[in-house]
Amino acid sequence: MSLLRLPLKEIHNRLAKRELSATDLVEESLARIAAVDGKVRAFLTVDEEGAREHAKRLDQVDNPVASFGPLAALPAGIKDNICTEGIKTTCASKLLANYQPIYSATVVEKLAKAGAITIGKTNMDEFAMGSSSENSGFYPVHNPWDLTRVPGGSSGGSAAAVAAEEVYFALGSDTGGSIRQPASFCGIVGLKPTYGLVSRYGLVAFASSLDQIGPLTKSVEDAAYVLQAIAGHDPQDSTSANVEIPDYLSQLTGDIRGLRIAVPREMMGEGIEPGVCEQVQKAINQLEKLGAIIEEVSLPHIEYAVAAYYLLSPAEASSNLARFDGVRYGVRKEGENLIDLYMETRSQGFGDEVKSRIMLGTYALSSGYYDAYYLKAQKVRTLIRQDFERLFAKYDVIVGPTTPCVAYKIGENADSPLTMYLKDILTIPVNLAGLPAISVPCGLSEGMPVGLQVIGKAFDESTVLRVAHAFEQVTERLPQPQIGGIRV
Amino acid sequence: MSKYETVIGLEVHVELATNTKIFCGCSTEFGAPPNTHTCPICLGHPGVLPVLNRQAVNYAIKAAMALNCQIADESKFDRKNYFYPDLPKAYQISQFDKPIGEHGWIEIEVDGEKKRIGITRVHLEEDAGKLTHDEYDDTSLVDFNRVGVPLIEIVSEPDLRSPQEAKAYLEKLRTIMQYIGVSDVKMEEGSLRCDANISLRPVGATRFGVKTELKNLNSFRNVERALEFEQQRHAEVLDRGEEIEQQTLRWLENENRTKLMRSKEEAHDYRYFPDPDLVKVYIDEAWKEEIRSSIPELPDERKARYIAEYGLSNYDASILTASKKTADFFEQTTSKNVDPKLAANWITSELMGYLNSEGLEIDQIKMTPDHLGEMISLIQKGTISTKLAKKVFKEVLDTGKGPQQIVEEKGWVQISDEGQLKEEVIKVLANNPKSVEDVKNGKNRAIGFLVGQVMKATKGKANPQLVNKLIREQINL
Amino acid sequence: MAISKEQVYHVAQLSRLKLTEEEAEQYTKVLNDVLKFAEKLNELDTENVEPTSHVLSITNVLREDVVQPSIPREKALSNAPDQEDGLFRVPAVFE
Repeated sequence: MSLLRLPLKEIHNRLAKRELSATDLVEESLARIAAVDGKVRAFLTVDEEGAREHAKRLDQVDNPVASFGPLAALPAGIKDNICTEGIKTTCASKLLANYQPIYSATVVEKLAKAGAITIGKTNMDEFAMGSSSENSGFYPVHNPWDLTRVPGGSSGGSAAAVAAEEVYFALGSDTGGSIRQPASFCGIVGLKPTYGLVSRYGLVAFASSLDQIGPLTKSVEDAAYVLQAIAGHDPQDSTSANVEIPDYLSQLTGDIRGLRIAVPREMMGEGIEPGVCEQVQKAINQLEKLGAIIEEVSLPHIEYAVAAYYLLSPAEASSNLARFDGVRYGVRKEGENLIDLYMETRSQGFGDEVKSRIMLGTYALSSGYYDAYYLKAQKVRTLIRQDFERLFAKYDVIVGPTTPCVAYKIGENADSPLTMYLKDILTIPVNLAGLPAISVPCGLSEGMPVGLQVIGKAFDESTVLRVAHAFEQVTERLPQPQIGGIRV
Repeated sequence: MSKYETVIGLEVHVELATNTKIFCGCSTEFGAPPNTHTCPICLGHPGVLPVLNRQAVNYAIKAAMALNCQIADESKFDRKNYFYPDLPKAYQISQFDKPIGEHGWIEIEVDGEKKRIGITRVHLEEDAGKLTHDEYDDTSLVDFNRVGVPLIEIVSEPDLRSPQEAKAYLEKLRTIMQYIGVSDVKMEEGSLRCDANISLRPVGATRFGVKTELKNLNSFRNVERALEFEQQRHAEVLDRGEEIEQQTLRWLENENRTKLMRSKEEAHDYRYFPDPDLVKVYIDEAWKEEIRSSIPELPDERKARYIAEYGLSNYDASILTASKKTADFFEQTTSKNVDPKLAANWITSELMGYLNSEGLEIDQIKMTPDHLGEMISLIQKGTISTKLAKKVFKEVLDTGKGPQQIVEEKGWVQISDEGQLKEEVIKVLANNPKSVEDVKNGKNRAIGFLVGQVMKATKGKANPQLVNKLIREQINL
Repeated sequence: MAISKEQVYHVAQLSRLKLTEEEAEQYTKVLNDVLKFAEKLNELDTENVEPTSHVLSITNVLREDVVQPSIPREKALSNAPDQEDGLFRVPAVFE
């Protein structure tokens, strides 16, 4: 069995007894990448040398877990929109194909302190714009469960790398569902923390008021470990909350008796594939069996979330992506004059989806349209927040599906961006409200994984993790994806 | 010029004298080698985030208060989006609808007439980098040391009615900023910059005419000259019955003319929106009070006090308070029972004359206020005459030695011994019978001549009052 | 409200993007799809609703005015597509 499939406690035991080394784990990860990534294409950059050196350093320590903590020696994938000094960071964009960050993101520093080993940078939709990882400027990612299908996105590379056991865990970013949706499509766990819990310093901004970094893992427990390592106040991020970080692991009690769980009818009805509904309903029944109190509720404004999101996030993106002008970094395309240089650099560097969102956002902010589009969307955002606030006055968590469908075929939705946008309906409202949410596998439909989404109160990751963990304990684990039958 | 009334409004940028940039910890020191005061944040690298400098906010509040603004209870930052190579993020973090201060005013004085000029707003923003042009290969070069230095933009109401008023307003702003210590306000180093809007309308009209905007007015002289040029041009265009085009113009200092930068059609659409990377700033009463209590006496108050307390003329008081350094020098000089009028005279005439001719600042010379005070005390005590004092004055400036020491070393003590002086007086009278005759005939001016002769004979050391008395006694007046 | 092809060109200009005729048509369609969909928001009365630009209740995040080391110039210029004598180089600025 792959070393990367071992439960974390087992890895800790073996590392302590020196039956296993960091080098073993890194070699296993690199071998696995060599074997499967030609098909999965989860990685944009693999830092073999750096990873091996880091492992060697860890192996000089008697017990790395005792010295560094529970993530020590674990091979990790970092989404390629998180800056890593010394390792290329491209955001899957041709424009940044040669970009070498001159600093590391706070989360990268934190993982390094925790002894986790960066194996490489994972593929994604360019600048995190997309839900299928088909919009990579280099090559699309394939779903390990069915290579003809998308892994979801935009953190598709991170999700696929964890599902295909190329790394032990990965970091992704979630602006409108970009961690939870690919986790759901790939049959793994993905957690989007409360806005402000994890530092955004070093995360290449897509929509600054919505972006959050979070873990993609094989289990809820692993997600809790990773969150523990990356959460916390960062003075370099003005939007980082100065809150006390609880011991997430101690919350994983399996006990959810008396917990009040809301199930919005808007999340379980029209537009949701029956196979998805069925698996999620089973999961809800399980939660009830565990002693939770389940009630059906309504989130009346949720149907407006996608429209609001696709005005707000492009608006912020249009400004955030303006710095890619070919002056200080990136791939410059020469022109006859400065304007030409800007135009050529950006037109050739950005892909279609990115360009379309930049233009949409520019339009939404432009003189004469600001009130009708941007301001209106911000007001609707308030209504959506208030929907959640009302529910959370009475309930501890909200559950439902993560996505309305299972992973679709590559190319299936490529012609109509809007059709694709609408599939984010269940994850987007959570970002608009800044809340924490997890996707945890809850069975298969058409042979593809389905995700159960658990949404919590702001900064109450503890309860979100507890519910997901309790469910995970009483649920049959998904089988290992076949990756097109590749033999390792 | 009488047919038209000129309407001018100024937008003034003042670089704040913080230690670090507004959103990162890089130094703001002027004159460092290019691109050595930069970091990923001010270079606008992907993924970086701004964190606001408290001192920049403090200074902005202080400046807004000194300009009599209402200070916002709630302020926020917005992004102003446009592409330019000196702007790394392709947006400038600025303030759109919730500036630090609004509705202020200052008072200016032109040709003895006082006038209140409204301040629309004072907001905080970040500076851009510096562009230089390499004419050999037609490229531009960018230095990002200055990018992110905190600026306040001070926008005036269109209350100014002449280039002279505009200049006076700008000078007043500079003085106030100096007094409160928030900026170096050096136009030559770019820590004070000015853009102007100008329009003309027929005298008596209430609607504004079409305005043009002037950029790159990098000295007080240029502000006045460019506005005079543009005022003249507007008048000529209107005289021909033509219309002014709304434009942004750049002042070309060496050619003494303006050049078109962009027309109205090319005006920017800045797409302001709240910066999601920054949070709101609430300025509560305690914070406001803390800043308010740190504001020193401002030039207008100080001037009024000099007139009321010391009996200085409006002119002297204006000159002394026009620069905080000068006013501070004056007050230090008078601190030890020194006659303020005498001190004011010495500073406004002798000292200022010296500074002008040498091109020096008052804090760059060897004479301290204590020196000057000591010297005036010597005059007051009768130890030295005014004439001797001028020599002492020069000696202090040259050597930095104390006046008392100089007087002792040089033996420049005034002769006040009646017996000694009487001898000199008798000699002089004997040698100048014609003048003595004149005095007797009522020609008072002749006394002055005789006193002068005695002074000359004593190498300026005689006490002139005493000499005068002795001459009168000798001639039996 | 629909966006015209001319407006798409204008927006592209503001965004410093160059469009071919074909692309302009394609983006006009895509943008109109989304904008038409966004009209759904007008079903909601938001007259007395405050806009949310931020979900956080955090305010007054301020840094002390203490100088931190800058980065070496070589590092600042390490990704520069073009440079000269420690400066970033671009074609001459217009205006």
